[in-house]
Amino acid sequence: MKQHAAATPRLALAGISKQYPAVRANDGVSLTVQPGEIHAVLGENGAGKSTLMKIIYGAVQPDEGSIRWNGQPVQIKSPAAARELGISMVYQHFSLFDTLTVAENVWLGLDKAGSLAAVARRIGEVAHTYGLDLDAQRPVHSLSVGEKQRVEIVRALLTDPQLLILDEPTSVLTPQAVDKLFVTLRRLADGGCSILYISHKLDEIRSLCHHCTVLRGGKVTGEVDPTKETNASLSRLMIGAEPPPLQHVARAPGPVVLAVQGLSLPRQHPFGVDLRDIAFEVRAGEVLGIAGVSGNGQQELMAALSGEDRRAAAASIRLKGAAIAAHSPRRRRHEGLHFVPEERLGRGAVPTLSLSNNTLLTRTGPVRKSGWIASAEVRALAEHLIQRFQVKAGGPGAAARSLSGGNLQKFIVGREIDAGPTLLIVSQPTWGVDVGAAALIRGELLKLRDAGCALLVVSEELDELFEISDRLLVMAQGRVSPALPRAEATVERIGAWMSGLWPGAAPQEASHAAA
Amino acid sequence: MLRLEARAQPSRALSIASPLLALAVTVLIGIGLFVMLGKDPLRGLQMFFVEPLKSGYALSELSVKATPLVLIALGLALCFRANVWNIGAEGQFVIGAAAAGWVAMQAGPGTTRWIVVAILVAGVLGGMLWAAIVALLRDRFNASEILVSLMMVYIADMVLGYLVYGPWKDPAGYNFPQTITFLKSTQVPRLVDGFRVNIGVLIALASVAAFWVLLFRTYAGFQLQVGGLAPAAARYAGFSSRRALWMALLLSGGMAGLAGALEVAGPLAQLTPHVPAGYGFAAIIVAFVGRLHPVGAIFAAILMSMFYIGGELAQSRLGLPKSLTGVFQGLLLFTLLACDTLIAYRVRWKPAQVPAPKAAVSTQTKEA
Repeated sequence: MKQHAAATPRLALAGISKQYPAVRANDGVSLTVQPGEIHAVLGENGAGKSTLMKIIYGAVQPDEGSIRWNGQPVQIKSPAAARELGISMVYQHFSLFDTLTVAENVWLGLDKAGSLAAVARRIGEVAHTYGLDLDAQRPVHSLSVGEKQRVEIVRALLTDPQLLILDEPTSVLTPQAVDKLFVTLRRLADGGCSILYISHKLDEIRSLCHHCTVLRGGKVTGEVDPTKETNASLSRLMIGAEPPPLQHVARAPGPVVLAVQGLSLPRQHPFGVDLRDIAFEVRAGEVLGIAGVSGNGQQELMAALSGEDRRAAAASIRLKGAAIAAHSPRRRRHEGLHFVPEERLGRGAVPTLSLSNNTLLTRTGPVRKSGWIASAEVRALAEHLIQRFQVKAGGPGAAARSLSGGNLQKFIVGREIDAGPTLLIVSQPTWGVDVGAAALIRGELLKLRDAGCALLVVSEELDELFEISDRLLVMAQGRVSPALPRAEATVERIGAWMSGLWPGAAPQEASHAAA
Repeated sequence: MLRLEARAQPSRALSIASPLLALAVTVLIGIGLFVMLGKDPLRGLQMFFVEPLKSGYALSELSVKATPLVLIALGLALCFRANVWNIGAEGQFVIGAAAAGWVAMQAGPGTTRWIVVAILVAGVLGGMLWAAIVALLRDRFNASEILVSLMMVYIADMVLGYLVYGPWKDPAGYNFPQTITFLKSTQVPRLVDGFRVNIGVLIALASVAAFWVLLFRTYAGFQLQVGGLAPAAARYAGFSSRRALWMALLLSGGMAGLAGALEVAGPLAQLTPHVPAGYGFAAIIVAFVGRLHPVGAIFAAILMSMFYIGGELAQSRLGLPKSLTGVFQGLLLFTLLACDTLIAYRVRWKPAQVPAPKAAVSTQTKEA
């Protein structure tokens, strides 16, 4: 971006510091974004990226430092003020009203909106231009995580921003959709819009961004041109070391542990997905990966397998030969089936309860027959999980919501691994989790596989599935594709299958999965 | 100007201090109220905060009022923690009292004192039955337990009215709407001669311990609270929401019924249309002021009882209307809810003017 070097920077931060009661989230951070520049901010969870973005977006006030916007010193007092300046943000955690429709949510988020109908029309236009498939009339509660993120992106684009902040935007897109989004972002940048791109996906940063600021422990540890760096060198700047490569040793799979046959379920709400004739097997000592864009029946399949939805026909789900479709989640856990849901707070853990109490959700070892809870044992178990899975937390008494996403995920995955399951089902094991924690979680999953456990992993991150799976299948429009050995699966092939177009696929109505 | 700023972590200290702060604000408003009514505020406050604690007799009366409040509030605290909104403890209290009264009416000259056990059990069952109707309608038809339980209060009042005006009316009672005065053998033992304080106090304290254990030391209590805090987590864990609903309603109904039975077998000694004294509604305030914690319920119930007695004293000695009791009780809940804001937020004093050098540009964004 040499041609912009002489111009006034779009945004210049100097010496930004923010002290929270427990941590110094930002410590003398400086950052300069030129007009039309795609600027990556790279760092682990807890490195201070989110705080910095909230300062730029006016949601948090810095203790020290100055902000210049197009050369003018400014104080950004609120997100509304930021939007007025031309700064838009897509948060990683969504701020949407569940009971309202997509259009109503976008409408509410706009400061100068016209009529609802006009907004709905513009949503359609923007969604079409940028390949973000979205039905403006659907209520948000019926959307999958990936679809909710599309709402946030479209909402940000509707304000015609001069600076767009994107927090981990690609985690929910197919490879083809990521390429399309990148085309969009490059087009936006060419038009003069600056983009702050927060991500931990090193490949993406290297292929998309012009400039990269690396944060560690609240401080800037590097400012580099990512196109000239390798994954290893970026990784070193970010965490001080490279994660060790995973050992994926080929093993002969054991007997069938989970057999799903003819599993069909009608949707439970109008915008759900019907599960249609799902069939697959998971064997002991193998990882079966399920790829696909969210909102294609993964949530429904997970609920049927975990026991949260018990409507399935008895024989359609078999664990070690026994029909378990009518069994409760607790009974399934006794039979060796453990599950890690994609939502950490509120489903995998109760936000306000301590880690000790959260172990009790799925681990009933410390509960006596009489129903008495042996508190000392619960504490010891939580302590053990914190140690074994390197969870950074203020001890077993810390509330679940006080942990960062990565640490809470380590705790929840660890809680289920430590139970010694015969079948572990994991949904989005590393969604929004930093590189270090993701590497640890994947390593632990592989260790469990090597110990003879059967694993079923649903993920929207293809890299992750390619890294840990022995076999892969794709879910689209409530159906599953045949399983492919990893060696035969390529990104192109799997990407094409995500639209529901695998050989022998039943003819189907208009696809809404593909982007 | 004053600004509210979100705290990083909810303050533990303030969650305990908030009821005390609310009490202080209630007292301040109370002083203003007495001044406006033309009474000496010191005398007024004395009626509410000193007189009810002044003598053994006063303390005995305090415990008579506090016992039903504690019993009912325990059940409600459990309900509210499970996210089940039982607003109808008053009705469950009335039906508990009626069931207990029926057993008490069966006593004859030869009946032993052990009939008291049957009376209390009848009260518990009566309260449970009334709450079970709410649970059934919620479970089967997804009817709002808030509305149903509240409406059931008025039905309970009517049932009681029918009984004391009709079939259960004392034939020798000069046509007053009341049952016979129950025999001595149906009355719970008193603790001290000459005072009305009875073993209900001990039952209440034992119940506090039992509910503490249930909530914080048993898996059933844990499941109940998870269901209230995060329903999706409860589903994920496999905790039954129907079981939690029934358990919460039956337990709180039972406790309200027990409180009703203790009134019948204690201070009332007969059924009249005046059995519903508002304990079931006041206990909602007790549960919240007590932080939905069993031990907190004790202190909150004592405070609420002081308002009851203070209101009566203000009427008899200062000539003020007895409704002051309700005013104070309402003020306390109102100020508590306001003070609870401070648990998650802190108040900051911010100068309205922005320092000079940055003022130029910041004015652009000010209106936002």
